[in-house]
Parts: sequence; structure tokens; C-alpha cells
Amino acid sequence: MNQAIALDVKDLEVRYGGIQAVRGISFSVNPGEIVTMIGANGAGKSSTLRAIAGAVPHAGTIRIGGEVIRTDHPEEIVRRGLSLVPEGRGIFANLSIEENLRLGAWTNREAYDVNLSKVFGLFPRLRERRNQMAGTLSGGEQQMLAVGRALMSRSKILLLDEPSMGLAPKLVLEIFAILRDINKAGVTLLIVEQNAVMALRLAHRACLLELGSITLSGSGAELLENPKIRSAYLGH
Amino acid sequence: MKYLAQQAINALQLGSIYALIALGYSMVYGVLTMINFAHGDVFMLGAFFCLLLIAIVPVPFWLALIVVMGATAVLGTLIERFAYRPLRNAPRVSAIITALGCGLVIQNTTLGISPYARPMPHLLDNVTYQFSGITITTLQIIIIGVSVGLMIVLDFLIRKTSFGMAMRAIASDRATVSLLGVPANQVIAVTFALGAALGGAAGLLYGMAYPVVSAAMGITVGWKAFVAAVIGGIGNMRGAVLGAFLLGAVEVMTVAVLPSTYRDLIAYSLLLLILIFKPHGLLGKPALHKA
Ligand SMILES: Nc1ncnc2c1ncn2[C@@H]1O[C@H](COP(=O)(O)OP(=O)(O)O)[C@@H](O)[C@H]1O
Ligand SMILES: [Mg+2]
Repeated sequence: MNQAIALDVKDLEVRYGGIQAVRGISFSVNPGEIVTMIGANGAGKSSTLRAIAGAVPHAGTIRIGGEVIRTDHPEEIVRRGLSLVPEGRGIFANLSIEENLRLGAWTNREAYDVNLSKVFGLFPRLRERRNQMAGTLSGGEQQMLAVGRALMSRSKILLLDEPSMGLAPKLVLEIFAILRDINKAGVTLLIVEQNAVMALRLAHRACLLELGSITLSGSGAELLENPKIRSAYLGH
Repeated sequence: MKYLAQQAINALQLGSIYALIALGYSMVYGVLTMINFAHGDVFMLGAFFCLLLIAIVPVPFWLALIVVMGATAVLGTLIERFAYRPLRNAPRVSAIITALGCGLVIQNTTLGISPYARPMPHLLDNVTYQFSGITITTLQIIIIGVSVGLMIVLDFLIRKTSFGMAMRAIASDRATVSLLGVPANQVIAVTFALGAALGGAAGLLYGMAYPVVSAAMGITVGWKAFVAAVIGGIGNMRGAVLGAFLLGAVEVMTVAVLPSTYRDLIAYSLLLLILIFKPHGLLGKPALHKA
């Protein structure tokens, strides 16, 4: 058992009926690291994250903090200290911002006040609007709420599924700056992105997912320099 | 004027009972976007559980209410666990047929055991009070009071507690609720339990007010409450209550001016009319369909 690895994935496969979305991929994330997985639409990025979070069944082995995960109940995974910020944010539009955050704290209610002020420290705009319905927030603010909500569980590992999706470039910069801060505070990040430049600049290590398989991996800087990535994903 | 006030009391009584049942339809629809067609029959069983209980031990009204609510809550949870949950991800039509089937099984089991309508014994000393010519009975006060009390408790549960928050969140996005570590299945089970308990209470109160209990009540009364929930906007709790009082008032007024055989015609016509102008019901919002 290797306690040094935060998240270890071996031969992961995800199938939906006859479709094989993830074809036996292996990778790992070290504690305190930022790893990013880039890839085109339909490559299997979301399926990978959903499998790790226990939201879809998988074959292969997933270890969180060295322990093999055998459950397919997402709520169990959160208790192990891993949270997924889903694609499209999954904000509860008809609940207030604070209620959204309280739901994020479901598995960790003791430290609610402390965690709430930490999250409000990261996202001051959420504090101003805490009693407003979450549906009234702009796209960027909703993404902040989704990240803040996941942080309420005090998870040590955060998976983010396309946090920049649908956001203006300025907001993307803002979100990624906050993600860097969150990582500096000790949270391990696995970020899935189509916005490859931003993600690769932020990441310590990265991999490229194509048609359900990992076809390239290396440091973020290495992938940024890779000719294939430059032509296919960076538009150079 | 006196006459109107008298009719208003009758309408409140009927409306309260419809409201208790309608809330159960609406709560379940809220979390699963599914019509729990067995709910009317759970309401009917509430009245039969009460008959059974007082045949065994003559208990006072309050105790009967608590026992009946407990028993129907357990029943509601069992229906959810063993009939609906296995079909959660099955095609919509399978869930609908299963719900209808559950209702028919309950109804016909009851019919087998008790083929005839039965009188409900008195659980209370029913005193009639006179206020400047308007009469109101202890029973009416209890029915309206208990119903309104239960609705206030439910409103508090839904708006202020963690359970209620989770319930509202499941209504908007169940998959994400689980990702936050919230045990969605437990919340859904509690929702069914609460809805069924309210339905059971309504069955008991209905049995006391119109003191004949029969296996057909689930359809004759239960489906009316479903209509009320749809009129108000199914999935919306306040809508369910509004629709129920509206339907109660319309029915009482119909019977006051027309032969009572017109009552159901008017009730269902009201449903059709309101849905033509407000397809999502009075307080309902168009569903947000997710991919
Ligand atoms: N719920 C599902 N049912 C069936 N097929 C799915 C489902 N979700 C994803 N897929 C398919 O799996 C493949 C990978 O999808 P996904 O993991 O969402 O990719 P990405 O996030 O990289 O865009 C695609 O071909 C997609 O159509
Ligand atoms: Mg995706």
C-alpha cells in the first residue's frame, strides 16, 4: 500500500451498455499536486471523473489514499475525502447560496462555520449574496459556488470537470487563480479541461485522453511544448 | 351571509383533507418526477388501519392518529423501497404501471378483506357549537386544526431543516446531491414516509367526517386530491394546498346549487379549464429538462 499517492487509478474501464467510454487507463495523483487531463469532446474525461467519484460503475482499481474503493455510492467517496465538481456545475438553482453550501457540508457539519468563512474568504461575492437564490448568479459565480460547495466537505482531493466551460476569458483567469490558491492551501486537484492552455499552465503534470485511452503524459510544460498538442489543442 | 359562512366551513373541512393527500402526491413528484398512483390507496388504508386499531383496542383520537400515521409511513417506505426503487432508472412507463399496479393491489386486497363499506365509530365527543347562527362541530375544528397544524410542520421541515434542503435539492438535481455526500435514497424514503403519513392522517380524518369507509375511497377521494395537486402545480407544496382548498370550495358550492351528481363533473372540468390556461398549474413552473 502506497500512502504517498493521493489517487491511484489502474486499468480503469467505463462502459455504457455497448459503448466503451474509458479503455483501461492508469494514472496517479500525488498529494498536493495539480494534475490535468485534457482531451476533445467525447474522449471519456467526464466518465473517468464520474467513475472515480462513484457515480458510474467501473472495472479496474481505484485507490484513494492507498485504500481500494469498492463502492459505487458517491456519498461513500465524499466521506473518504474526495469530491467532484461536476460538468455544468450542478448548482441547485432554487436553493439559496448558503443552502447550496450547507448541502456541501453534509458529511462535515461540525466545522461548518469555520469552513463557511474560509469559502467566503475565497469567494467574497458569495458572502454578499448568501441569501439569494443560486439560480440568480452569473455563470462564473455559479462555478465559484460549485467549487466552494465541494470545499465545504473539507475534501483533500478535488476533481473538477471543465471548470472553465462557458465562461468569459477574464473569469476563467479568476477561477484558475483561485484553484491555484486552493492547491497552495493543501488540496490535491485533478482538473479535466478542453481549455488546454490554461489547464496545462496550472498543472504540475498532465495527460492527454483520446477515445478513452491516455496517449500522452508528462509535465504540464512538456505537454504545452508538444507539437501534437500545439496543433490539435492549442491552435498553433 | 350566514349560509355562506356555513358553506365556507364545509369547504375548509373538505379542502383540508384534500390538501393533506395532495401534499403526498406533490412531494413524491417533487423528488422523483413520478406520480405515485398508489397514494390514494394509502389514504384509504389510513381509514382502515384506524378501524382495525379501534377494533383491537379502543384508543383515543390522538393515539389513533399517531398510530395510523406511523403505519402508513411504514407502508409508504415499503412501497418506495420494493416497488419503485428497483425501477428508478427504468423507462418512465414502467414506473407508472408499477404505481398503478401497487394501488390496485392495495385496493383489491382491501376489497377482498372488507367487501362492503363500513361505518367509522365515533372517536370523539362531537359537540356542536353555535356562533350567531353558524354551527361548527368539534370534529370540524379538529379536522381543520390538525390539517393546518400538519401543513405548518411540513412547511417548516421543507424550508428550514437539512432534510428539507436535501429534498428540494433532489428535486432539482438528484445526481449532484449524491456527489455531495448526501444519502439521496434515505431522503427519498423519508419523503415517501412523510407523504404517506399525511395521506394516512387524511384517511382517518375523512373517515371521521363522512363516517363511511370503503375500499373505493382511494379512487373517489384520492384521485380528487391528485387533481388538486395538478391544479396547484404538481411538485409545488403551496400549490397543492391552494389547489385543494380551491377544489374543496368549488365542490361545496356545486353541491349547494346543483344536484350532487354534478360535483365530479364540475371538479374535473375545473382541472381541464385551469390546465388549458395554466398548463403547469396555478403555481407550477415549467420543468427544466436536463440532457
Ligand atoms: N450516460 C451515458 N450513456 C451512454 N453513453 C455515454 C454516457 N455518458 C457518456 N457517454 C459516451 O461516452 C463517451 C465519453 O463521454 P464523456 O466521458 O462525457 O466524454 P468527455 O467528458 O471527454 O466529453 C462518449 O462517446 C459519450 O457519448
Ligand atoms: Mg465531459
